[in-house]
Amino acid sequence: MYCSHKDKRKAIIILLPFLTVLFLFVYGFIFWSVRVSFSAWDSILPDMSWVGLRNYQELMGSLRFKTDIVNTIYFTLFFIAICIVGGFILSYLLFVHLKGEGFLRTVYLFPLSLSFVVTGVLWRWIFNPEVGLNALLRMIGFKAEFGWFTSTYSIFGFNVALIALIIGASWQYLGYTMAMFLAGLRGIDDQLIEVAQIDGAGEWTLITKIILPIIKPITFSAMIVLGHISLKIFDLAYAMTGKGPRFVTDFPGLFMFETTFRGNHYAEGAAISIIMLLLVAVVIVPYLASSLKEDG
Amino acid sequence: MKKKMLAMLVLLLVVTAVIVAGGAKEKKDANTIEIFSWWTAGGEADGLDAMFQEFNKKHPQLEIINATVAGGAGTNAKAVLATRMQGGNPPDTFQVHAGHELIDTWVTTGFMEPITFILEDAGFMDMFPADVIDIISYQGEVYSIPVNIHRSNVMWYSPKLFAQFNLQPPKTMDEFFRVAEVFKRNGIPALALGDNESWADTHLLESVILASLGPDRYRDLWDGKVKWNDPKVREALSNYARMMEYTNRDHAALANMDAAGYVAEGKAAMNIMGDWAAGYYYSQNFKQGEDWDWAPSPGTDGVFIMLSDSFGLPKNAPNRENVIKWLELCASKEGQDAFNPIKGSIPARIDGDRSKYDRYLNAAMDDFASDAIVASVAHGAAISEPWLTRVNDIMAAFTTDLDVDKATREFQAAADRYAP
Repeated sequence: MYCSHKDKRKAIIILLPFLTVLFLFVYGFIFWSVRVSFSAWDSILPDMSWVGLRNYQELMGSLRFKTDIVNTIYFTLFFIAICIVGGFILSYLLFVHLKGEGFLRTVYLFPLSLSFVVTGVLWRWIFNPEVGLNALLRMIGFKAEFGWFTSTYSIFGFNVALIALIIGASWQYLGYTMAMFLAGLRGIDDQLIEVAQIDGAGEWTLITKIILPIIKPITFSAMIVLGHISLKIFDLAYAMTGKGPRFVTDFPGLFMFETTFRGNHYAEGAAISIIMLLLVAVVIVPYLASSLKEDG
Repeated sequence: MKKKMLAMLVLLLVVTAVIVAGGAKEKKDANTIEIFSWWTAGGEADGLDAMFQEFNKKHPQLEIINATVAGGAGTNAKAVLATRMQGGNPPDTFQVHAGHELIDTWVTTGFMEPITFILEDAGFMDMFPADVIDIISYQGEVYSIPVNIHRSNVMWYSPKLFAQFNLQPPKTMDEFFRVAEVFKRNGIPALALGDNESWADTHLLESVILASLGPDRYRDLWDGKVKWNDPKVREALSNYARMMEYTNRDHAALANMDAAGYVAEGKAAMNIMGDWAAGYYYSQNFKQGEDWDWAPSPGTDGVFIMLSDSFGLPKNAPNRENVIKWLELCASKEGQDAFNPIKGSIPARIDGDRSKYDRYLNAAMDDFASDAIVASVAHGAAISEPWLTRVNDIMAAFTTDLDVDKATREFQAAADRYAP
């Protein structure tokens, strides 16, 4: 894009306050957190003496942190998978059977307008092992012994208690991916689909060979948005379950909050947040790199 | 359209400016006192209000700024307080758990001023039990005024269930396991537990440890003088692990008050919880002697595990003179008798007006006057906050995996690092 010298200067002047604030309060404090994570600050009084990687080593040895990382990975995988697959199915159904679309779209999108705290409180009661869904199942004659988010059972490190959280989170974000996909489907040229149908493509071929490749960029960006939500999840777990027995529903965000603001382990808290930042960076940076390449 | 947008934008800016200007006007002048607490609701807030009224009666010229931050057990309030203290903007005085939470977080780091002189000048030194003075002191100086006392080692039980099976409330751990077995055989959870927050586990553990160690060695354990591989400590941890066989299955989904409710509703036989449970029972119209009754937790008769909320004097408090007036009121009989009957706790002084307190609190006052007094771990009196968060984490795992060896190792490692 061409712009004159004068315009450029104006742009810089206008952007300057924003950039200053950005660098000071975002990047400045990220740098500060990195520094704190290498320090011995373990009480209210700052102690910036250098201890190298000690805080990180201690985290790696802590059962709670190990559980947190495994929980985050499983939660992210299931959450994204359910939202993408479920969202696509919903949007496709709406796309091909137009009846009541406006109404259903609102219904599916509605949970997105709630905050995770509200969602958490809601699903906490539904999955309460004594009064929620289990009581309902018992009423119609099932035994219903599953403890939901209080269950301490795990398969390959996947704590089954997370199922309750995954359902809650997916319920909220299913509408979001549905709306994204629906917009993508609307953007597909009708002629393309007609041509394919004339050539004898069945519905399955149509979806896998034509539609999915076209909406791939949308899938990709939905995954990025969902991924960064789930990697730094805090509010849902805080409101719904807390860290749970033997940390079955714990996440790095909860651990960081309790460590820093309840225990005054500031250096260790900083180390946790830096690892969280790296986790999110693993997802975001390739995305940014690829979109920058496309623009450039 | 564009004009409308512009108008909206201008309006927004004006509103913001007005709010900011309003905030800036709120300067602290010399006739105010800012009192920082997390007492925002229920009996606590009403009790605080009653104390404010006493304060206004004595000092009508002073205006109280009631700075509260909502959130159970003060988690949010503590984060706000830490920011303000570190930023050199302390409130005039703030609520803090008496004992190590105050001392290790704020006193040893040099944020507080000693206030022994307030108690001495008013002649109140003898009005508090010596064990309490010990808990609120550091290097011979008192650093906070406890306004209330709660007891941690209380066993709440259902008289109906005990009568139904012809049992007596257990006085020792052995008796506890004997009656628990009877309840279990009849399909009733013997011990109600509500540990959706892991401090409830720590709360139970402190009573179990006290039962095995007795008051002196209990204190030594939290001073780092008794090791965690001591046979008696091990016995306590094993007892705790064994008690988990008799709990309600949904304990991880319940709050501590839900578990106390289970007892009064006859869904479980016993519950070990602090004596705020009595306030809860009264407020729900459960009848003492019918729906619920209490005894010291098994094996801890004659010992009183206390926790207490207190107020202190931060260095650089904007209105130091006013804080001293407030602390005098906190330490006085009128102040304590205004706050505690409403909050549902007993005064830290030994001369409270008995007629103002209900039946449970009168009994608690009797015990407080005669028992040995030790500090609660789960509520910040016996150990520092960094240590306590470690203990809570260890308990969250121990309550599930019941691995006594692993817990012993982890507790010792935490003690090595954080014991004074």
